[in-house]
Amino acid sequence: MEQLSGGDMIVRALEDEGVEYIFGYPGGAALHIYDSIFKANSVPHILVRHEQAATHAADGYARATGKPGVVLVTSGPGATNAITGIATAYMDSIPMVVISGQVQSHLIGEDAFQETDMVGISRPIVKHSFMVQRTEDIPSIIKKAFHIATTGRPGPVVVDVPKDLTHPEHKFDYEYPESVSMRSYQPSTRGHSGQVRKAARLLLNAKRPVIYAGGGVIQGEGSELLTQLARKLNYPVTNTLMGLGAYPATDRQFLGMLGMHGFYEANMAMHHSDVILAVGARFDDRVTNTVSKFCPGAKIIHIDVDPASIAKIVPVDVPIVGPVTTVLKDLDAQIDQQRSSSERTMPDAEAIVDWWRQIDNWRAAHGLWHGRRYGESDFIMPQDAITALYEATNGEAYVTSDVGQHQMFAAQYYKFDYPRRWINSGGLGTMGFGLPAAMGIKLAMPDAEVACVTGEGSIQMNIQELSTCAQYDVPVKIVNLRNNYLGMVKQWQDMQYDSRYSESHYASSLPDFVKLAEAYGHVGMEIKDKADLEPAMREAFAMRDKLVFLDIFVEPHEHVYPMHVAPNGAMKDMWLSKTERT
Amino acid sequence: MRRILSVLMENEPGALSRVVGLFSQRGYNIESLNVAPTTDNTLSRLTLTTTGDDLKIEQITKHLNKIVDVVKVVDLTEGAHVERDMLLVKVRAEGAQRDEVKRTTDIFRGQIIDVGPATYIVQLTGPIDKLDSFLSALGEAEILEVVRSGVAGIARGEKVLTI
Repeated sequence: MEQLSGGDMIVRALEDEGVEYIFGYPGGAALHIYDSIFKANSVPHILVRHEQAATHAADGYARATGKPGVVLVTSGPGATNAITGIATAYMDSIPMVVISGQVQSHLIGEDAFQETDMVGISRPIVKHSFMVQRTEDIPSIIKKAFHIATTGRPGPVVVDVPKDLTHPEHKFDYEYPESVSMRSYQPSTRGHSGQVRKAARLLLNAKRPVIYAGGGVIQGEGSELLTQLARKLNYPVTNTLMGLGAYPATDRQFLGMLGMHGFYEANMAMHHSDVILAVGARFDDRVTNTVSKFCPGAKIIHIDVDPASIAKIVPVDVPIVGPVTTVLKDLDAQIDQQRSSSERTMPDAEAIVDWWRQIDNWRAAHGLWHGRRYGESDFIMPQDAITALYEATNGEAYVTSDVGQHQMFAAQYYKFDYPRRWINSGGLGTMGFGLPAAMGIKLAMPDAEVACVTGEGSIQMNIQELSTCAQYDVPVKIVNLRNNYLGMVKQWQDMQYDSRYSESHYASSLPDFVKLAEAYGHVGMEIKDKADLEPAMREAFAMRDKLVFLDIFVEPHEHVYPMHVAPNGAMKDMWLSKTERT
Repeated sequence: MRRILSVLMENEPGALSRVVGLFSQRGYNIESLNVAPTTDNTLSRLTLTTTGDDLKIEQITKHLNKIVDVVKVVDLTEGAHVERDMLLVKVRAEGAQRDEVKRTTDIFRGQIIDVGPATYIVQLTGPIDKLDSFLSALGEAEILEVVRSGVAGIARGEKVLTI
């Protein structure tokens, strides 16, 4: 059998896993592994400029491709810098394997140089973690790490490797395991058939149904099945922020995003529904508003691969634990069977027509895409910038975002028709996510258009990655909605703190982003005039091999609407503009 | 309501910290905790007592099951079970109290396992309410130090918690 050092084993195992990219940053405790990477020259490594960006790039790669992202960092500060990105992936259930160097085994616990308890620090934000104790265990641990990261409810897994275990002179047998079996880890593979039967009956008897689909549908590759089912039933569909693209946004049955900044029609339909089919969604507080007032008349069917997500926030009438694909297939078959065997369980056609009529009235009254719902200004409106992006990319781009107003505008106005195209930090809400995530996606899909919608606050949290983009020729497009404020902070300060802008303003200190982009060898464009917006956007995307930084000056005082009334509001309680509420 | 959860988990480094971390991370309460290896040296058995309504206990159980190192979780309080806590208490035993403490210990069927010129160590095993009653029955005797093992429990009858 082949004999390999621990460092070589790690690289070989990544190769055997079919890893396309390692995103990382070297340092003392990881140097044996980096030497193995150099010698093997098999798996390309992307050298980021900050470890946080390595995790976001791997995360973006994973969200766009469905394959696990891989990160390699050194001990101590390398490991702690990766924490925000690991937490981001954890909150959004993204498969990721993070390998961190650790100080030599005999130094652990002695506060050695660059020592930190990575397994301890990362414990609450990983699906699982391993501290390697014997070099011989490396192949099986890496195999388990990928297995755990990618199955069940996906998530990040940390593998912490003390430096002495990767020493080039200590060689052991290497064989990469073909399969994994763990008695303590057996994710559900099939929903309970009795529950599926109940769910079908409830759905077919609904008079005011809504399908509420989240990120789990995308992660679980269930978009197509969900779309089929929704069309078969002619039931309305709303997606969460994480679920955008799970159901085609331009479809007539789509109500838009729901939740705090959700569409009026989506929130109204949820509140007034009698049956909710929740698929791969977790009743996040940004969706439910006040839980005790959540959808008072609705019976809830909840499909999720993670049993702990079910009935965590809201009591559920029909819980189904299982992967979305198998459960949706079973549900579809049950619906066909019940429809053909009994007249009584046919959907009440008249009720469904009435329900659509009601929904169309809501759409006509305050629907986001049905008539312009925002004001005019001498500035470019941020919503118009997103629409221009949508048009310049024919609605087909991979769009990443950072966190804040620009994120919500992108979620509302870029109509995502396909899964895995909308890439944002929904759960953790991590500023600085957008650019490195876009980098990871563009590396995975060099022919696709990748745009990072950001703001001048967020972009500066990981702007150093412009350098990485230059090194590896990563021509993403950065759409910077510049309003000279931390926009979402300002919006809350306008609404709740009498416009006292505590630490949310920095206009005088912002860099010249055009020059900054140029300093890194990229193209910068400043867009201030409304008439320039569309041509500039097209010009930027016509430069296929250039990273273009579009610095778009937008109306500084615009707010994101609708917005849930809080505290104590229900889903139906929304601000529709600065002056109107439901 | 008070519950006793029995957890079988891999005897791996870090497994215990994942269980304990879950409780602090999600704001659940641990009243007592007892952990030791089983006859299968790859497995540890952990018994913890906590309080909460059905919904909360259901969430705790689900989250425990999600921990990769956890093999099985059982709520012993759902069925007939036996539970024991062990108490060691060091009591000032001088003058009239010396006899009084011995008498009380006998009544509770405890044992004096160490005798000093002015102190006793009393050992007592039983459900926690018995141990609590004993401590209050010691009355005026001066309690110097108390240590308890935390509840260990097992289901009655044929039911067993193994893999």
